[in-house]
Amino acid sequence: MNPSAAMASQPNRDLPPLPGRAPQPIVEVRSISKTYAGGIEALSGISLEFPEGRLTTLLGPSGCGKTTLLKIIAGLIPATGGQVLVDGREVTGPGPERAFVFQDFALMPWASVIRNVAFGLELRGVAHSEREAIAERHIARVGLKGFERKYPHELSGGMRQRVGLARALAVDAKVVLMDEPFSAVDEQTRRKFQEELLELVANEGKSFIFVTHSIEEAVYVSDRIALLSRRPSRVSAIIEPQIQRGGDPEKIRRDSAYLDVVEAIWQQLRHYLD
Amino acid sequence: MQISELAPALPALREAPARRWRDLLIHPLVLRLLSFAAVLALWEYAGRIPLSPAFPTFLETLGGLGAIMADGTLFKAFLITLHPLVIGLTASILCGIALGVLMGLHEPSEWLFAPIFVIAQAAPLAALIPILTFAYGIGLTAKVMTVCIMAMPVIVLNTLGAVRNTPKSLLEMGSSFLATRSQSIRLIILPAASPMIFAGLRLGCAAAFIGVILAELLITPTGIGDVISYNQSVADYPKMYAAILSIIVFSVLFIELLERIEVTLFRPEARP
Amino acid sequence: MVISGIRLPMMAALLVWAVVWEIAGHTDAGFILPPLSRIIWRVFEIVPTASFLDALLITGRAFLLGNTIAIAVGVPLGILMGRSVIADRLLLPWVNLFLSAPLSALVPVIMVLFGLGETTIVLTVVLFSMWIIVLNTRAGIRAISPSLVEMARSFGSNRWQAFSRIYLWAALPEILAGIRLGVVRAVKGVVIGQLLVSVVGFGTLFEIYQSHFLMEHFWALLLVLFAFAFTLNELLARLERRFGYYAAAR
Ligand SMILES: Nc1ncnc2c1ncn2[C@@H]1O[C@H](COP(=O)(O)OP(=O)(O)O)[C@@H](O)[C@H]1O
Ligand SMILES: [Mg+2]
Repeated sequence: MNPSAAMASQPNRDLPPLPGRAPQPIVEVRSISKTYAGGIEALSGISLEFPEGRLTTLLGPSGCGKTTLLKIIAGLIPATGGQVLVDGREVTGPGPERAFVFQDFALMPWASVIRNVAFGLELRGVAHSEREAIAERHIARVGLKGFERKYPHELSGGMRQRVGLARALAVDAKVVLMDEPFSAVDEQTRRKFQEELLELVANEGKSFIFVTHSIEEAVYVSDRIALLSRRPSRVSAIIEPQIQRGGDPEKIRRDSAYLDVVEAIWQQLRHYLD
Repeated sequence: MQISELAPALPALREAPARRWRDLLIHPLVLRLLSFAAVLALWEYAGRIPLSPAFPTFLETLGGLGAIMADGTLFKAFLITLHPLVIGLTASILCGIALGVLMGLHEPSEWLFAPIFVIAQAAPLAALIPILTFAYGIGLTAKVMTVCIMAMPVIVLNTLGAVRNTPKSLLEMGSSFLATRSQSIRLIILPAASPMIFAGLRLGCAAAFIGVILAELLITPTGIGDVISYNQSVADYPKMYAAILSIIVFSVLFIELLERIEVTLFRPEARP
Repeated sequence: MVISGIRLPMMAALLVWAVVWEIAGHTDAGFILPPLSRIIWRVFEIVPTASFLDALLITGRAFLLGNTIAIAVGVPLGILMGRSVIADRLLLPWVNLFLSAPLSALVPVIMVLFGLGETTIVLTVVLFSMWIIVLNTRAGIRAISPSLVEMARSFGSNRWQAFSRIYLWAALPEILAGIRLGVVRAVKGVVIGQLLVSVVGFGTLFEIYQSHFLMEHFWALLLVLFAFAFTLNELLARLERRFGYYAAAR
């Protein structure tokens, strides 16, 4: 196994602090379980920590409960047991310190791009001119300058997700929760998004919790990966890829350290398929 | 309801001029005009055979239309017909949307009221007209009530369905950005429901026209109903057909107008 | 709705309304709205009478014939419009026009052309029910995924096979929905027709009860008609669900 990938089968809290990184977790998930009405047990006693200022990925097979966990952290659905702490406070519902990026974008088709982006601020009662100014900044930030007055149906899938991202950034939350944000866009756009996401993590000082089912994507963008097992879900491993970033993306994707981590995760996930 | 795509998989023609002719011929507008011309020509022809002594030609009908327009009958009749229609329709729209939204947001009221409207939607409510006449006499009230019972069920049920079908992810998006209940109703549920509510309004309008004419034919002959039944009784068929044609054209244009208003005011995403 | 853990069936609210009706029937409103119990009593009284059975027979026959014509003409027309752009552009304006036009204004035309007999009722049924069948069939045909048709062609199906094995089945959920909506409209059309003609079928009964102020009889007749319309709608909706299981997955 690659030495640069710290891997443990029973990970959780006894993991040594990341070298040179903030040890303080911004989000703590404590033995969360979730049973849906109808008796489907999606999560059973998951415990996880999400370090501040980093991008942590929840990776696992489809239907294993990634969305469920993310929505519990967001406060959108209640857990059956356990608790979630954000910044030391227990989560009882959605909060201003968390923002969500939806897999299906969740844009309002009747509202222009700028109104969609400013929606979180509109709900908070921020004055019209002020929220438009903030929204404009974030629209430019995600590369949609000039599209402020367009409507979602006039945009491509990739552009729509940029709007969703700008909306989450506009409320200036500490934690950004992203549910498979790139799964509905084509591969080229997806790679471009991944670069931009890395840039955001490096510059914004926010913490990101990212959900994906793509191993390559997880290894490429994550500081830390929580590997979830099949339903009912538990954490089967924590992986810290520690990819050397900042170079040529193509080179990274051919780098042996990167490929080894991908391979190691694949070996872990493989026996879920049998 | 326009078709936007071009004809799929029509065999390509080699000669350019022939192709240009065909393109022109299958142009939506040309075809629409062609279609109207064909039907009117057929009407004219059938009237000239004659199909029946009670079937005037199209031109005779136009003549009848000219006559009832010239002496002001048609205009006066329309004013009278519109009176119960507008009152009944306004009441149905206001009450219907309010009730539909209430039922969509509040489950106990849905439980209580929805079955009535589900049955009313399927049932031939026109049969209530004689009872309405008993209850309210032969005046304006009975006609207004007729319009209401015809128009309201579809408006209520469409509004209810629209509110119920708000996309879940939009609701979750709202609550993740801390929308209050009233914010999520005002800013998410109602806008998301409005296309389907408007569809209900269009159906409600069509039903209201059916109702008002029925009321005028059944309760007491007034307005357009009077023009129709009077000319029928004196066998002045061109005028009778002209009155029918005019109310049909009027109602279709009215519903079309409603759609235009909807798109320009409420549906930026549907504007071309 | 769920009250303290017990699921109340949706139509149970009708019992509440039945009680309200019964109580209202014993007040001053009782002249217009007689108590439900007495109306139900009347139902059993009038249903076996010869005049009722006669009306039922005539109306039922006209209704069946009219719907058969509407389906036999409407479905092929809808398929044609769904397949051919030219036919679609020629016919769609008319279908939309008849769909939103106040058809009650056309019943007098049918009356003067075809007299006050059964033909008028049949034609009224066709006029009310056909257009929605056409429109739904057209929508169903247009919604068929091209890859499904290409799949059939790639396995060497001929036109007839493609039609009978793919088009008809793929569009069946919409066609059935159109037929249900058409039948509901036809019930309304038949009643409107008989109210206006008032010498055939239930029209005669309406006329007699109304002119003799027999409110209980009138309501009993309404109850029968409403129950019939509702049951028919439910039965067709059930049929629709039986074939609609794949509607979302095409
Ligand atoms: N609202 C719900 N009701 C019942 N079961 C659900 C619901 N949402 C998700 N599930 C089930 O919970 C499991 C986990 O779902 P989800 O969290 O969406 O998985 P993932 O995002 O990892 O693909 C799945 O088996 C799914 O069928
Ligand atoms: Mg998911």
